[in-house]
Amino acid sequence: MSGRVLVGVKRVIDYAVKIRVKPDHSGVVTEGVKHSMNPFCEIAVEEAVKMKEKKLIKEVVAVSCGPQQVQETIRTALAMGADRGIHVEVSAKEYESLGPLQVSKILAALAKKEEAQLIILGKQAIDGDCNQTGQMTAALLDWPQGTFASEVTLEGGHVKVVREIDGGLETIKINTPAVLTADLRLNTPRYATLPNIMKAKKKKIANVKPADLGVELASKLQVLRVDAPPQREAGVKVESVADLVAKLKEAGTI
Amino acid sequence: MTSTMFPAGRYWFHAGRCVRALRRCPRLDPGALGVRPTARRWASSDAPKITTHYSIHPRDQDPRWEGTEMERFADQADVVVVGAGPAGLSAAIRLKQLALAEEREVRVCVVEKASQIGAHTLSGACLEPSALNELLPDWKDRGAPLHTPVTEDIFSILTEKHRIPVPMLPGLPMNNHGNYIVRLGNLVRWLGEQAEELGVELYPGYAAAEVLFHEDGSVKGIATNDVGIAKDGSPKDTFERGMELHAQVTLFGEGCHGHLAKQLYRHFNLRQNCEPQTYAIGLKEVWVVRPEKWRPGRVEHSVGWPLNRHTYGGSFLYHLNEGEPLVALGFVVGLDYSNPYLSPFREFQRWKHHPFVAPTLEGGERIGYGARALNEGGVQSIPELTFPGGILIGCSPGFMNVPKIKGTHTAMKSGMLAAEAVFPRLAVLEEDSAPSAGLHVPEYAESLKASWVWKELHAVRNIRPSFHNYLGLYGGMVYTGIFYWILRGKEPWTLKHCGLDSDQLKPAKECTPIEYPRPDGKLSFDLLSSVALSGTNHEGDQPAHLTLRDDSVPVERNLAIYDGPEQRFCPAGVYEYVPTDDGAGMRLQINAQNCVHCKTCDIKDPSQNINWVVPEGSGGPAYNGM
Repeated sequence: MSGRVLVGVKRVIDYAVKIRVKPDHSGVVTEGVKHSMNPFCEIAVEEAVKMKEKKLIKEVVAVSCGPQQVQETIRTALAMGADRGIHVEVSAKEYESLGPLQVSKILAALAKKEEAQLIILGKQAIDGDCNQTGQMTAALLDWPQGTFASEVTLEGGHVKVVREIDGGLETIKINTPAVLTADLRLNTPRYATLPNIMKAKKKKIANVKPADLGVELASKLQVLRVDAPPQREAGVKVESVADLVAKLKEAGTI
Repeated sequence: MTSTMFPAGRYWFHAGRCVRALRRCPRLDPGALGVRPTARRWASSDAPKITTHYSIHPRDQDPRWEGTEMERFADQADVVVVGAGPAGLSAAIRLKQLALAEEREVRVCVVEKASQIGAHTLSGACLEPSALNELLPDWKDRGAPLHTPVTEDIFSILTEKHRIPVPMLPGLPMNNHGNYIVRLGNLVRWLGEQAEELGVELYPGYAAAEVLFHEDGSVKGIATNDVGIAKDGSPKDTFERGMELHAQVTLFGEGCHGHLAKQLYRHFNLRQNCEPQTYAIGLKEVWVVRPEKWRPGRVEHSVGWPLNRHTYGGSFLYHLNEGEPLVALGFVVGLDYSNPYLSPFREFQRWKHHPFVAPTLEGGERIGYGARALNEGGVQSIPELTFPGGILIGCSPGFMNVPKIKGTHTAMKSGMLAAEAVFPRLAVLEEDSAPSAGLHVPEYAESLKASWVWKELHAVRNIRPSFHNYLGLYGGMVYTGIFYWILRGKEPWTLKHCGLDSDQLKPAKECTPIEYPRPDGKLSFDLLSSVALSGTNHEGDQPAHLTLRDDSVPVERNLAIYDGPEQRFCPAGVYEYVPTDDGAGMRLQINAQNCVHCKTCDIKDPSQNINWVVPEGSGGPAYNGM
């Protein structure tokens, strides 16, 4: 086993920023908007770095797909403790249509190339909310997957994963190599402190093109239109039950 | 990490010295507040506990911090700049230009509390390109975002329903011929890119939280904020100390009313020969308007309604020319106002309904909101600008030309002059050697006084104070017309301001509450939805950075005498007086996460009890081209 863990990090619009739809309804405004690392990706990086600190693995490699700006996100991962980074270059135009399927193909190709023992991703990105990349990557590699992980324990050639599911918690044991996706309660990510940011500038980020990995970026999906959700209508206060019934009848609901 | 390079004992001593210096800050004397000691003793038995920040409750006396590693990693630069605004970035760029010209290596580090360069920048703005032309003459080829030359300049005096036009004669300070309407946040971001290209080390997301001192009392550098402190002031698992950045000289460019500058004024007694600074609050929105209302290059200013003639302030509305039909508009209110019921935010909202303003905005969409305090003191309020180890640049000491409402060009020039004064004084540091004293560079103040900045500020020095007369606004305008337009500010006298802004509030019982109209949700809006548009956020589990020197003063004094003006002057809804759990009284609730870092509360609090300190880096607004 190589002892190498691949961690995917995505640069997304910061969760506190108010999103604005572009005037042509083709997408959302990203120019100049505050971006940061996807919160679930931060948790994934933290988990990988913790494993390295416990000497369970040897190397953490942070990967991100996108245009030039994603290098900032990779640097943050390096400042949190990743050893090196891989920037998969995708032009700004192609990035607009980059989805989970293409990213999974890229990650699968990289995992084989880097002989990764584990891939740790966030469970979903807060912009797309797809929750598909981890699962697709595992399928493409024919690797087991431990998704929605709230607790991960490495034991020899296996991983014990406690998963958050609708009914509560499910504990599974899967073989490595495997794909894990991080859920909220897996850990509390550390801060990227300034001395570590300075040190991260010296760590290497390799540039790779999707074509070098044999991945076609053309998307089979086409976004027709993006609209803001309808404004919430003001509620109406009623004085009595009779009023309520009258209003419901008026609205045609009863 | 540092044990091989720096003996642990030396740094612990310095960290302790900084804490002791902070503790020496004078505590409020109850007698001076006019609060009877007996009343205080009764209140202190169930005194509220609001503030948990270590600047009020030192950690070396806090048992929860026993055994926590407090040592900091330290690094040596040649120059450290606090604040990546127009002044700080101009200084950094100029230093690197000088270094390049002389083939010298100069390490310049800029720390900035915003998560990205430009995210905490807010301004009108009509930029006079004079300083930019000097700094980067080829700014156009480099793609500087100056896309909108001013084409029309309109000035009005508004009454409730009407408008009196005032001709913008050439020579009047508000005339904007030759200037550009810019989105200052975008210009600052561009300046950041220019700085990085020249090799400046930019560190957004890291706030300068503490000034460090050499043994001789000169400034040694700064320390960035600690992270991982819980809301109750105790250390979390993620606690990590900030980092120390040492420099031969530190340039402080924190913008209007910086928190470190506040400490430096006291520490080095820099304000003994100048008047107290006087401020205004500027609130701003950016709108996408209907294309038929859009007049790119048009600049509109107004005074008068809705403010009365004794409250200084006015509005701006600029039509940008950057593709989309965008309009930047806002309202400025002088913080020397006397009515505690005044709400600058609500004045701004109701101004938008004026028949001259509303048509531009009808059918449009509001896409940005923010607020920031600005300086109005001019030349009378400029402190000592240099001290051993440090220099003040930009809006921090305050070089705004008030009648022009422009401070960016003077801020940039002050940064450039600081760089030019500092550069020849920088020693070449040997490996592993560190200076034992900070540089004192009084040449900077001399060159500033000999430059066009001083000439300009001197000419307009009497305009703002001329408003303090019986006729208020109208007296001021007459004064401007005679003494500035005709005589160019050559009158031999210098008028004074009227003292601290925080001393100007009258008790609530002497004033009439103002009836503000309800927001209509189309032109005017409520506070909370506005704050949401600023994108502001902070890590929730940290001590509130709006610290109170005395937790009982808000209810006992601010609420009792002034009806809690902080609930009205804060443009972000940070301060709320809410009933206590037992319903018997009121308490102050501080919603620190909403803060947009405008500094108005630190300025206007009539008890001067609020001390704004910097929160964890990367918290605060997420302005986009404001």
